[in-house]
Amino acid sequence: MSNDDQKTPDNIAGVEPLAPPAQGTAIIQVKDIGKRYGNIIALSEVSTSVRAGEVTCVLGDNGAGKSTFIKILAGAHEHTDGELLIDGIATTLSNPRAALAAGIATVYQDLAVVPLMPVWRNFFLGSEISKGVGPLKKLDVDEMKRITKEELSAMGIDLRDVEQPIGTLSGGERQCVAIARAVYFGARVLILDEPTAALGVKQSGVVLKYIAKARERGLGVVFITHNPHHAYPVGDRFMLLRRGKSIGDYPKSELTLEDLTSMMAGGAELESLAHELSSIMGEDSTVAQEMKADLNVTETKA
Amino acid sequence: MATATAPVDERIATTSTLTRLMKRPEIGALVAAIVIFVFFAVTTDTFATPAGSSTWLRGASTIGIMAVAVAMLMIGGEFDLSAGAITGFTGLVVGILTTEYGLNIWVAILVSLALAVGIGVANAVLVMKTGLPSFIVTLGTFFVLQGIDLAGTKALIGQVAIQGMADVPYYDQAKKVFGSALEVGNMTIYASVFWWIGVALLATWVLLRTRAGNWVFAVGGAQQSARQIGVPVLKTKIGLFVTTAVAGWLVGMLLLFTTSTVQANTGVGQEFIYIICAVVGGCLLTGGYGSAIGAALGALIYGMVNQGIVYSGWDNNWLRAFLGVMLLGAVLLNEWVRKKAEASR
Repeated sequence: MSNDDQKTPDNIAGVEPLAPPAQGTAIIQVKDIGKRYGNIIALSEVSTSVRAGEVTCVLGDNGAGKSTFIKILAGAHEHTDGELLIDGIATTLSNPRAALAAGIATVYQDLAVVPLMPVWRNFFLGSEISKGVGPLKKLDVDEMKRITKEELSAMGIDLRDVEQPIGTLSGGERQCVAIARAVYFGARVLILDEPTAALGVKQSGVVLKYIAKARERGLGVVFITHNPHHAYPVGDRFMLLRRGKSIGDYPKSELTLEDLTSMMAGGAELESLAHELSSIMGEDSTVAQEMKADLNVTETKA
Repeated sequence: MATATAPVDERIATTSTLTRLMKRPEIGALVAAIVIFVFFAVTTDTFATPAGSSTWLRGASTIGIMAVAVAMLMIGGEFDLSAGAITGFTGLVVGILTTEYGLNIWVAILVSLALAVGIGVANAVLVMKTGLPSFIVTLGTFFVLQGIDLAGTKALIGQVAIQGMADVPYYDQAKKVFGSALEVGNMTIYASVFWWIGVALLATWVLLRTRAGNWVFAVGGAQQSARQIGVPVLKTKIGLFVTTAVAGWLVGMLLLFTTSTVQANTGVGQEFIYIICAVVGGCLLTGGYGSAIGAALGALIYGMVNQGIVYSGWDNNWLRAFLGVMLLGAVLLNEWVRKKAEASR
């Protein structure tokens, strides 16, 4: 790769080849974007924006079109309808490399880490720093360890030893290493695919903290989740998906946590589910009763 | 900031050299090698003498070169069961081309090298393009090579061993490189021993200090992740299979020019010895973890026990039983190490 001899300045903020634009500037805008696979419409009429220093949460249940949406932003699939504007210019991302070149990094659920390798080797995997020339060219181990430690502590992750295998870290910490890596290698926009899905309450809190940290550093964050309680505290903008369609794109000022929760739960759908359950299990069954009680609560809140 | 070192964290008590050594994958093999050396040195008269040690060093060296290459391949997550057959195949190619067809010896050596590279590439491409386990693919190559070695040799020269190698022009030149020996007092150090040490050091350097080495660990540890992050997986795997095949070629040359003959069945049955040495040296069967020096030590253990049993006057077949016990012990130890390394907190 060409970045073999990439010299890295000590100044962390100067590392990004594409410096993040001023706070609040839209980096990505999507307008009525859609994706069709043959005659199947996986996603349609989705509009939102990702701004520097802001977190855009994409919420939706399983099958709502969240993954299709990320794949368009990550360059894994090209969109077929609507417009994708990056820095105000209409673009089609045809492969992941193109997305990376535009400063859009995706941290997938499996994190793309090698469990048995030390943290610092994972951090630089595929973009190792070398020194020396010709056959004597070797990895600059000290430098890579130093940068890893520095970058992780800039994200608020304080590791005792970057030499430990990354598999020995907790799920949340691993997620954070993956985030720090994406940030260091020039991301302006960070797409996080359900980073809290597999984590416990405490670990999720840790990851949310790093999302906030990334926002503080001026990155635009796309946070995909199905948990409104995770999304609301860190989000600045919320885009909700259901059955491949956007059911709204709101700034935080126009939405309360209760609104978000009830929209996610989908009042009408739950009602029909409650109805179905009571016809199967009988009107007086505990399940049906509990479901109705829950429904009444969400409705009064909304 | 060329001199910059990783900042020392005050929460890590200064680890003693011993503690750091204990974490290396090859530590088990090192301890076992010392114990075995001491055992045979004490119980037999000839084992630790210069003449005695020349013999087991030579035995260990050719196995060791292969074990190091196989260890790299295993770290990269693959097996090569054709590795043993290649040592015989390349030797036979040189032997037949020179004795039967009068080809220049150096040209013949290059031809066999090219063939070895070809076999390595074929193994790699078959494994990567089909997605089949390398265990099966190379088992196929192994049988193909074994068949060619036996039937081809008989068909071409009417015998099952190369004869008259020493009369081939420029044989002495090639013997200098691959088959000579250095006399130090009573001790005879064969060229293969130097090759063995050289290969082990080179492999260790590549694995721990180059980008390619980083990629080897990555493709073996988590291939999908490595691909996602931009590691050239196919290139890395081709490199590994070719390395193993070229090591097989090197050993083929060392055997040919040390003994000036090669049998049609040379190397057959050795492929598992290489794997055992690599595992004893700390390689995981699942890939992603291991050491080249460890594999070299594994081969040293094999060489010492092989010869030590002879010096002790025991039945030779005990070697097999010993190998089995070593393998099981090593696998259990490695598995324990891996669990410790991978376990989430």
